[in-house]
Order: sequence, then C-alpha cells, then structure tokens
Amino acid sequence: MMALRLLPLSLSLWALAASAADYSAWKHHVPDADRKRTSPYAGQSDAIAAGSRLFSDHCAKCHGGDALGSRRRPSLRAAEVQRATDGEIFWLLRNGDLRHGMPSWSPMPEPSRWQIIAYIKSLGEVPAETPQPGSIN
Amino acid sequence: MILRSGVALAILMGILAVLCGAQEPPYFVTYSHSLEEPGNLEIASKGAAGSPQYANSFISQTLELEYGATAWWTTEVYLAGQHTSNDSTIFTGYRWENRFRPLLREHFINPVLYVEYEHLTRADKGLLEVTGHDSIADFQLTNAQARSALEQSLELKLILSSNTHGWNISENFIAEKDLHEPEPWEFGYAIGVSRPLALAARAQSCVFCRENFSGGLELYGGLGTTDGFGLKATSHYLGPIIGFNVPKGPTITFSPNIGLNDNSISVLYRFTVSYEVQQVFGFLHRGGR
Repeated sequence: MMALRLLPLSLSLWALAASAADYSAWKHHVPDADRKRTSPYAGQSDAIAAGSRLFSDHCAKCHGGDALGSRRRPSLRAAEVQRATDGEIFWLLRNGDLRHGMPSWSPMPEPSRWQIIAYIKSLGEVPAETPQPGSIN
Repeated sequence: MILRSGVALAILMGILAVLCGAQEPPYFVTYSHSLEEPGNLEIASKGAAGSPQYANSFISQTLELEYGATAWWTTEVYLAGQHTSNDSTIFTGYRWENRFRPLLREHFINPVLYVEYEHLTRADKGLLEVTGHDSIADFQLTNAQARSALEQSLELKLILSSNTHGWNISENFIAEKDLHEPEPWEFGYAIGVSRPLALAARAQSCVFCRENFSGGLELYGGLGTTDGFGLKATSHYLGPIIGFNVPKGPTITFSPNIGLNDNSISVLYRFTVSYEVQQVFGFLHRGGR
C-alpha cells in the first residue's frame, strides 16, 4: 500500500530527472577536440551585431526574439547554453539534434555560425523560472 | 474549357510566385542534405523555358509546397503545368516526395533517402529531373497527344552531400519506374556545387551585399535503363547558377542550362522564386508564449 502511494512521487522524480538529463544530454556527445574549439569572433562587437541579424533571420522563429525559448523550445539564455563552451555550441549548430527538432545548420558557413555564437553569448544568462521540458535540443 | 482552366492555373501560379518569397539552396535539379526546418513551409514557383529544335517553345511552371515535418523528414507536393506556343496551356499533374536523413549526425558525406510518387502526363515539361532516354523528341508531341499518356511512377534517389569550407557538393543517383507499364527502371544523375559569395555576415543590414548571393554549377542527365545502361541516347545539361536571397524576403534563383548533346535542348532557362513561411503551424508549437 505504501509502495502504491509512493508511486506517483517516484514517477514525478523520475520524469524530472529524465527531463533534466535530456536537456543537456547533447553535451555528452561533443568530442573533446570540438569542445576545445574557440570562437575567432568572441566578444567582437561587429561579430555580435552580425550574429544578431543572423539570429533574427534563422533562430528567433523557434527560440524567440529574446532567445528565452518557449514551452517546447529551450531558452538559449539558460545556464546549460550560456555556460557551454563556444566549441560545444558550434558542435550543436553543425550537427543539430534532429531527434528533438533542432536542425543541422551545417549549410550555414562556419564564420556565420561563430557570429551567432558570439551574439548568443553576449545575451547573458537568465535563470529559468520553471524546468525546461525540451532539450536543446 | 481546358485552355481556360490552364490559363487560370498559370495565372494563379504566377501570382503566387510574385506574392511569395523564399530562402532556398540554389540548385534546380540537385538535392543537398539540407532539409526544411521543422514546422516551416516553403512555397516555390519553379519555371523552365526552352525552344527545342523541331518543336514549339514552351514555358513550364511547377508550384512546390515543402514542409519540414521533423528535423529529419521533409515532405513536398508539386503541382505542374505548362504552356506551349502554338498549342495550349495545360495542367500536367502532381508529385509527392519525401526526403529522410537516416544518419542523425553530420558526416563528411551525408546521405538522404528520397521517395517520390509521380502522377504526371507525358506533357509535363518541368524537367525536375532527367532520367533514362529522356530527349528532345519528347517535346515534339503536341499537348493533346502527350497528355493522353498518364505516367504513374515511383522515383527513388540516393542523395549524397557534403558541406566544407563554405562549399556544398551534392551528388544524386536517380532510379525511376513506371508503376503500371512494363517498362524498365530508368536511371539518371545530378551533381551540384555551390558556395555563398561571402561566408561571414556584415554587421549592418544590407540587400545587395555578397553574403546574400550564392553561385554554383549544376550538371545532370540520363543514364539509360536496365535494358541499356549508359550514356547512349541520353540527354545532359550543364549550367551556372546564381541565387539572390532578399533579406526577410524571397529567394530568386536563375540558371541558363546548356544542352551538352544533340538529344538535349540547346538552352534551357530555369528560374525559381521561393519564400519560406516560418513555423506555419506555430500556434501548435509555441505553447504558452
């Protein structure tokens, strides 16, 4: 009887844990060599401005103009993204996460992808108010 | 009656082409491994015009609706029509295609599987692919003769594509089979190479700057059938491509294709206007925002 009462709680905790694990799961797949890559444009104001335009054209439709995401699309200002290395985000843009709806941006030239990363990193971290159900995915 | 409906279709397609813009890779026949983004709908008007030897000149219009079902699956519907001078304007049929990415990561060569059902009359002049022994003789039939022959066929493609240093290199291998006639499998190929004119974006918004243009080259043609594989009695085309992506607007692409042998139309002019409607069913995806 006690086990039955604890079942919903167990399931909730499991779902929460699974969700949290899923959210940053992509990072575990990034090879070390890619993780260590550094942006040639980090912190450059021109690159950030160019990245802002590219973000508006290609990313804002899903992640929002403020990059805060939505119920089904993750915030790019969450800690998982803002604390990721430039190389990790670059790897994600190249490969996407097709299973979870994030397309590959490999057709976009590499310099443009680095410009988007410079812009995203310039936005800064905004803590999520509620757990993110999607993955970045 | 047929003429009226054909003209109405051509006008409708023309209006759609003007109203809708697009963001498209520059190829006309070749596919790369780039799929439509999930939730986006691309509307494109693809045209081809030519003056085949010993036949009336023509202009074809194909309306394309491409939807990103998932990040690894894109589905498209085509509606095709054509106008032949000194003849008529007719609707020639439809196609339904699906493209799948079997590998979920980016590799040096990325395969995509392509499956298409075609329900077209022989009057179709869209030239979205060239297979088997397709040749200039196909254009010498009148629309009345050609439209009486309906072809329901299955088309399969293996798409291989690479992105490196700003370049895209794509190769397509095509196999096509009529589902109702005892005809052999027909084969074809398409190869494309393209690159944006600038790899990095400028800080300031601009319209006629290099980053909004892309150039490339496309080669495609038939490879015979299971009864006679090879280049004999096949047609081939080669053409430079120029694409212009209007910021927050349509993508306009143009290519003059040169026929490479006597079986080909000497010059084929291709043009596409396409526009991407972002997150067309966004109200289903946006959730609480």
